[in-house]
Amino acid sequence: MSILDYLLKRKKKSANIAKERLQIIFAAENMDKNGPDFLPELKRELLEVISRYVAVDQDLIQVNVERDSECDILELNIPLSGSHIKQKNKVAKAAKAASH
Amino acid sequence: MAKVIVVTSGKGGVGKTTTSASIATGLAKRGHKTVVIDFDVGLRNLDLIMGCERRVVYDFVNVLQNEANLKQALIKDKHCDNLFVLPASQTRDKDALTPEGVEKVLNELRENHDFIVCDSPAGIEQGAVMALYFADEAIVVTNPEVSSVRDSDRILGILSAKSKRAAENQEPIKEHLLITRYSPERVSSGEMLSITDIQELLGVKLVGVIPESQTVLQASNSGIPVIHMNDSPSGQAYEDVVARFLGEERPMRFVEPEKKSFLKRLFGT
Ligand SMILES: Nc1ncnc2c1ncn2[C@@H]1O[C@H](COP(=O)(O)OP(=O)(O)OP(=O)(O)O)[C@@H](O)[C@H]1O
Ligand SMILES: [Mg+2]
Repeated sequence: MSILDYLLKRKKKSANIAKERLQIIFAAENMDKNGPDFLPELKRELLEVISRYVAVDQDLIQVNVERDSECDILELNIPLSGSHIKQKNKVAKAAKAASH
Repeated sequence: MAKVIVVTSGKGGVGKTTTSASIATGLAKRGHKTVVIDFDVGLRNLDLIMGCERRVVYDFVNVLQNEANLKQALIKDKHCDNLFVLPASQTRDKDALTPEGVEKVLNELRENHDFIVCDSPAGIEQGAVMALYFADEAIVVTNPEVSSVRDSDRILGILSAKSKRAAENQEPIKEHLLITRYSPERVSSGEMLSITDIQELLGVKLVGVIPESQTVLQASNSGIPVIHMNDSPSGQAYEDVVARFLGEERPMRFVEPEKKSFLKRLFGT
């Protein structure tokens, strides 16, 4: 890229985007390989319970175990988008409230 | 003790055959008796890159199926005395490669060679697994590009989990990262993953960086492994790879952009 290019359009560096995307993939794969054995099972069961109350998009759910120096932290990330919520009962609403 | 080296990548077209030909040639030039085997059964190409396609009579599958012996199938390289090529079959499919058969051939080759270089096919199927299964060392060829890096990670997983060494709880396969088709200019402008990026992502020791170079195509056009092109950066970079592989320390070359004049920098190339 020439200096003129640079001044004219200051592109976002695509190599950085590539690296970040790969880091995310590898971290997730490592989690599957090195995470506790029960993780996939836990994820499946949690999903089952949660989807009894609200509609969730499977692909958006993240279950991670974060290694801290003192302890492991189980981190659940379950995005609930308003329109998809079945709102069968109050629990669903509670869950929605909690997510905000 | 003979060493079996697999040149692998997962992704296709990243430079495995180019690399196998040059590394085998480099090892032979340094006096090591070397054989390079084409594991890409059905899509034979190594013979073309080595320039011996017209001398193929018998192939790897003929040997596996006892239709010819090794002596009949090995082709002596025309440039190096210590170098032999075992071509792949063009007509059979990869299922012809059985673990028992491959092991038998490799053991026979181990008896009178120093290095056995296995040119893996792309993918993670039978052919690729057979090429890496008996390896002592692996050269993982990676292009600075997302899908190639991801596939290399996948292959590294297979090397450490599905090889003979893994199955028998032996010392793991020694892994080397080889980055090919590298463009320092594009890296410095932020459009291409850098050496450091790739190394951080894959966590494997770097054995070399081969720049993107037109000489590679010229070499393959003429059937001469590019390492013979002494005055080209890619040939010299492969020479360095062989030296490092054999334990020499060499600084990385051709990894910084060429210095450009002010006008060129202003207007681009
Ligand atoms: N350093 C380089 N610079 C420029 N072109 C290159 C370089 N290395 C390889 N190539 C080109 O890339 C193409 C693929 O190379 P090669 O056949 O060695 O890859 P491969 O990994 O063996 O492919 P396959 O997976 O199909 O077996 C060829 O056209 C080759 O000339
Ligand atoms: Mg090939």
